[in-house]
Amino acid sequence: MSTDAIAIPRRELASSPIVTRLHEWVTTVDHKRLGILYIIYALVFLLIGGIEATVIRIQLIRPHNDFVSPQVFNRMFTMHGTTMIFFVVMPVLFGFANYLIPLMIGARDMAFPRLNAFSFWMTAFGGLLLYFSLVGANGLYGAGNAPDVGWFAYAPLTSRTFSVGHSTDFWTLALLVSGFGSIGTAINIIATILCMRCPGMTLAKMPLFAWLNLVMAGLVILAVSPLTAAQIMLLVDRYLGGHFFDTQAGGSAVMWMHFFWIFGHPEVYVLILPAFAFASEIIPVFSRKPIFGYSVMVGATVAIGFISMSVWAHHMFTVGMGANVNTFFVISTMAIAVPTGIKIFNWLATMWGGKIEFKTPMLFCIAFLFQFLAAGLTGVMLSVAPFNWQLGNSYFVIAHFHYVIVGGILFALFGAFYYWFPKMSGKMYSETLGKLHFWLFLIGFHLTFDFMHIPGLLGMPRRIYTYEPGRGWDTWNLIVTIGVFFQAAGILVFLGNLLWSNFRGEAAGSDPWDAWTLEWSTTSPPPEYNFSTIPAVESRRPLWDLKHPDDPDSKYE
Amino acid sequence: MNATSIAAAEQRIEWDRPARGRVAMFGLIAAEAAIFTIFVVAYLFYVGKSLTGPLPKDVLSVPIFYTICLLSNSLTIHLAAKSLRQGSVRRFGILWLATIALGAAFLYGTATEWHRLIYQEGLTISTNLFGTTYYSLVGLHGFHVIAGLVALSMVMVFTFLGNVRPEHAERVDVLSLYWHFVDTVWIVVFTVVYVIGR
Repeated sequence: MSTDAIAIPRRELASSPIVTRLHEWVTTVDHKRLGILYIIYALVFLLIGGIEATVIRIQLIRPHNDFVSPQVFNRMFTMHGTTMIFFVVMPVLFGFANYLIPLMIGARDMAFPRLNAFSFWMTAFGGLLLYFSLVGANGLYGAGNAPDVGWFAYAPLTSRTFSVGHSTDFWTLALLVSGFGSIGTAINIIATILCMRCPGMTLAKMPLFAWLNLVMAGLVILAVSPLTAAQIMLLVDRYLGGHFFDTQAGGSAVMWMHFFWIFGHPEVYVLILPAFAFASEIIPVFSRKPIFGYSVMVGATVAIGFISMSVWAHHMFTVGMGANVNTFFVISTMAIAVPTGIKIFNWLATMWGGKIEFKTPMLFCIAFLFQFLAAGLTGVMLSVAPFNWQLGNSYFVIAHFHYVIVGGILFALFGAFYYWFPKMSGKMYSETLGKLHFWLFLIGFHLTFDFMHIPGLLGMPRRIYTYEPGRGWDTWNLIVTIGVFFQAAGILVFLGNLLWSNFRGEAAGSDPWDAWTLEWSTTSPPPEYNFSTIPAVESRRPLWDLKHPDDPDSKYE
Repeated sequence: MNATSIAAAEQRIEWDRPARGRVAMFGLIAAEAAIFTIFVVAYLFYVGKSLTGPLPKDVLSVPIFYTICLLSNSLTIHLAAKSLRQGSVRRFGILWLATIALGAAFLYGTATEWHRLIYQEGLTISTNLFGTTYYSLVGLHGFHVIAGLVALSMVMVFTFLGNVRPEHAERVDVLSLYWHFVDTVWIVVFTVVYVIGR
């Protein structure tokens, strides 16, 4: 990396006409702008996916409800799952990684800025392709429909016989296209972290955020590629008359399950590792202590990366794989709880004895800690094969993984939004609205997902359109749906806060949290070139060293 | 505080990082390897599961000549990259052209084999499970050979135009990594399709 200062003066955006500004955003290769594009794109899809979830829950609010037709219900849960995983959580995490990694490692941009733009637009058009199915799936004669095969699209539901029209093709192509984008981004993140670090930032001195995203990117490469391969096979089956998943010609529907979950389970860790990354940056700053057990955290991350590649078939205990296979996946699934548990203890130890400041980002992270712990515990329950036979595909499973994704990932993500919003916008968010969002969402989350476990234990299967009264499910479903409205209100407060603060908020200054990583050493928002001079670091907390020259971290590390 | 004061330490630090092109190519190769792994697993799992003929042992013949063409490729591209590093652009051009020719010969071999299978043996991708897995796996590899040949040909055009110079050796090296990968995959595909699966 050259250290020649590229002195481009910051352009006054407000003065240029809107077409010029729009053109700048569309053609940008700047990692910060692409990061924000990813995040805004994901927020739009969060609203869409949230509306789909609300439709599902309104349909299930009481027995024999007919808010939507069964066909629409199938499309809603398929689109909800696909949207939330591929077009909300992944893009928003890539957005934060894009925005923050170069700033945190003292670089001026990602390793491949144009590949970065390409990856974003692939992901973006993947999402548009999925929703284009609403008009295009039956061939553009005005009566399209959305994919309705479930987000993991088991064979033979996806075969031509059972899935006529093109809705499944739109699903396949959308995932294929956005998959290419994800792989491109992952390669870019790895190359950036390994090759663009500023002088002095050895691997052992990187912020944990960079470490976790490095492992995440490695997992994306190893997990999304099998999905790409499986989607190609599905296309061969559907378009060229192949027999990969065609049981009548000797093919195997179980192969699809394996291929999908070889992607599907590491994918969970692709999503949760960046959430760990947020927590690992936010908790120390608001506890006013360095992270506890840095090297153990790194080791646990890498261990999670490896183990997560060998747990996929715990999604398939009910298929009947045989005792030996089941035993292997029971043990590996339980084993992954160990490094994850280490992380939880390290965050607790970071908070222990610290001067905790209960700002909104920290509130979300504390909630994340406890909710993720509970989600992990139901995960260990479900990893026991006989227990899983009883509750596989029940609402208990739904409650478990929403506890991970909403209670874990989304809470950490909200923390990240509030923590880095001052850096990205240059404005301070409203702490009052932030706390209101937190409490509304916390109440809504627990109403919905705590009580969702119970109908699951009582035998309510997932994906049912409606149910008979008198099975003991009625009240629980009512409570679950009421919680959704609290969450929706929380999300609206959140979006309102972001918009209002962006235009009306107070100036935040470059370092509102008195934090320690390099992104806080430049202005808010950072200039296009990030740093006028490439920084050099001597410890994991370069800004601490700068603020306390008498007692720098580099003396102890 | 500003970034300038952080930079003061720079002089004291010796700093060396891997080349980003190389790291990215290894990332791409890892992703491609994962894709091929899935196809290879599918091929192996479906060996002998076809319900109708034609079966591999009846119709497949081992393409030894074209395999030698493709594998000797790795040698020529290695020597080509070495020549460029040593400053001999002319020798680089000749060896590079030889690499492209050998790769094209391999593709020709695949084309004739497919033509024979389709028109004489009546095996297409939809005939049976063997056809599906065979054409997918060999075709996926063939697609990578084509992609590699397009990239190699672009370098060839640049060489003819006199735009390839010894200082580009690092980039040529990165491209040759991809080509070695394509060759390595063929060893696996060959073993799976023509040795184990036959």
